[in-house]
Amino acid sequence: MTAATTGLSAQDQPAEFPFPHRHLLGIQDLSPDEITYLLDLSNRYAEHNRARGPKFDLMRDKILINLFFEDSTRTRTSFELAGMRLGADVINIAVANSSIKKGETIVDTAMTLNAMHADALVVRHSNAGAVKLLSEKVNCAVINGGDGSHEHPTQALLDALTIRRRKGTLQGLLVALCGDVAHSRVARSNIYLLQTMGARVRVIAPPTLIPAAMERLGVEVFHDMRAGLEGCDIVMMLRLQRERMEGSFVPSVHEYFEFYGLDYDKLQHAKPDALIMHPGPMNRGVEIDSDVADDIDRSLIREQVEMGVAVRMACLDVLTRERLVATP
Amino acid sequence: MTGKVAYTNARVIDPASGLDTPASTGGGVLTDGTRIMAIGPDIFATGMPAGTEIVDCEGAVLTPGLVDMRVDFCEPGNEHKEDIESGSRAAAAGGVTAVVTLPDTDPAIDDASVLEFVARRARDVKLVKVFAYATVTRNADSDEIVEMGLLKQAGAVAFTNGRSAVANAKTLSRALKYAQAFDALIVQHPDEASLSNGGVMQSGELATRLGLPGIPREAETIMIDRDLALVKMTGGRYHAAHISTAESVAKIRAAKADGLRVTCDTAPPYFALNELAVGEYRTFAKLSPPLRTEDDRQAVVDGLADGTIDCIASDHFPQDQESKRLPFEQAEFGAAGLESLLALTLELVHNGHLDLAAALSKVTARPAELLKLPVGRLHVGGAADIVIFDPERPSRIEPDSFTSKSKNSPFDGRLVQGRVIRTIVDGRTIYTTAS
Repeated sequence: MTAATTGLSAQDQPAEFPFPHRHLLGIQDLSPDEITYLLDLSNRYAEHNRARGPKFDLMRDKILINLFFEDSTRTRTSFELAGMRLGADVINIAVANSSIKKGETIVDTAMTLNAMHADALVVRHSNAGAVKLLSEKVNCAVINGGDGSHEHPTQALLDALTIRRRKGTLQGLLVALCGDVAHSRVARSNIYLLQTMGARVRVIAPPTLIPAAMERLGVEVFHDMRAGLEGCDIVMMLRLQRERMEGSFVPSVHEYFEFYGLDYDKLQHAKPDALIMHPGPMNRGVEIDSDVADDIDRSLIREQVEMGVAVRMACLDVLTRERLVATP
Repeated sequence: MTGKVAYTNARVIDPASGLDTPASTGGGVLTDGTRIMAIGPDIFATGMPAGTEIVDCEGAVLTPGLVDMRVDFCEPGNEHKEDIESGSRAAAAGGVTAVVTLPDTDPAIDDASVLEFVARRARDVKLVKVFAYATVTRNADSDEIVEMGLLKQAGAVAFTNGRSAVANAKTLSRALKYAQAFDALIVQHPDEASLSNGGVMQSGELATRLGLPGIPREAETIMIDRDLALVKMTGGRYHAAHISTAESVAKIRAAKADGLRVTCDTAPPYFALNELAVGEYRTFAKLSPPLRTEDDRQAVVDGLADGTIDCIASDHFPQDQESKRLPFEQAEFGAAGLESLLALTLELVHNGHLDLAAALSKVTARPAELLKLPVGRLHVGGAADIVIFDPERPSRIEPDSFTSKSKNSPFDGRLVQGRVIRTIVDGRTIYTTAS
């Protein structure tokens, strides 16, 4: 790899590394070296963007399609901006909800996209595994922009980058994921990534929002927020995904906030320098108190958004390069 | 065919009578072209009757044609997935000579006219023997009990709501009571829907990793618990279909020991696969009940071995490609099962869990006995419904070569031992390997 292929100057290059994957479908597929490489490259893009560096032409004449079967403003915009900063032509396709429910379109959609000769495809879908199914039917690189309750790999990478920039490392940190773990793809991807990189992970939620056999994923499970936050370096809040819930998982948002909403009272049980994260969009007063969310000393929420663009640039960069080695 | 046919050089096994004659005796079966005239090791000792057609079985096993007590032929209503003709051909290819079809068709088999339609179609097709269940309740989804007496007179072999449970306890208790007037069996799909609704695979670590909503095994066991209490209360005859969990096996075992009139069956996915077959969202492995854990699988094998589980049904639930080529959560439940039924049942023999006669009993004599069907055994004067198979011949399950319209099987690519050579119904050969 040369500076010309990434667009970054030679001194900004991360160590040479042949990224062997054709798609980015989940964190589970990545090794520690691959994650480190993506984070290093993302960090360079973050610095470049922060310094208001010029756009790149790495994806000039290449087509990025954002295919969203499920509404999302921030992820789509982040990928759109990332693609544009790499010089790609970006197309956004929002597939109507009614079509998703019929379910018959995903393979046909893949055929259509193949005919458009896209170079990269970012897919969000409300069903776990749907992005993988689509990736088997297209010729271009596919990035999972979130599939049901399964994975959201670029979110985990941007979270890791944000943490690493503040804490210097992921190794040895104690991270608490709090809230709707059951329905959260962000939680799963973060659990896989943080553990792969040597962090310890706790999940804190009412029992109804913890999926079966959670401890088998190597995490510690807490139902008491104060106990769970004890000694934590990072407090990552998760959105209460009421749209994914069939029936009643928690009696009321009022009760939920009382026991699982992050406020200063609960936060004081974490380490004094613990940082706060949230993948957004936030339900203020449901899972997080506004004062905490807006605490400029401790909240990394805005920085997460900023790192999102850099991470997505890095992912698009590595996946749309000419590859010598390509495995699914 | 009207002439005599002699099937020679066969190892003849009839689980119903305990007959097991080695092929080395040169024995076999003599038919008059429709019915069995003689069975045994020495029937050809004094020579063959004049004009007899001879079929040399070359040492293969000759046994009653398989009786599959749970198939879905999707007719009427979903003929694009399967129909009585394609399903019958699939049965023949699987060595099955009699099937019992589920009644939750469209329209449901809840009155005699639909039952007669199925019987007429089966007569026209004239391949395997097609028997049918009727629903327990109107349209298989109400709390109004069907006309059990009239339906039984019209040929319904037992009553079940097919792929949905009789959810209302009072309705089931009344069905269990009322059915006793006609000595009818109630077959339940044990699933507490309020617990399983929305789930797509076994609840547990794998479902959590895949981000898929789980179905707890308690959805099955709670329903069985409740139903057994109702059986105790009413004294009715009850059969739990396709049981899949260790606890279900234990509960049925205890209920039998208590003297309740309870039986059950399972299907090959539940003794030959576990949840890992779902792999990375393989929709072919999306079944109802879902594939369970390895512990459950082993308990089902134990239940088969000790007789707790009476029968093995294919649970043939064909799906077209469009119903399966979807994200896992959207895909339909179900898979083709008829053409792999025998080979997978024989795995129990090859793995040392059951002897051959005991395994064959679960797909011949026992389901026929439970449903009081005039099939599933070899006896002089009985219909010549026969399957001849080589229990050792290796093969691979290749759904693309299935005769069924459905090409979906969770056993896709699996190496098995055992191959159907010839299937015979009423003396007519309806399938041979060559065909």
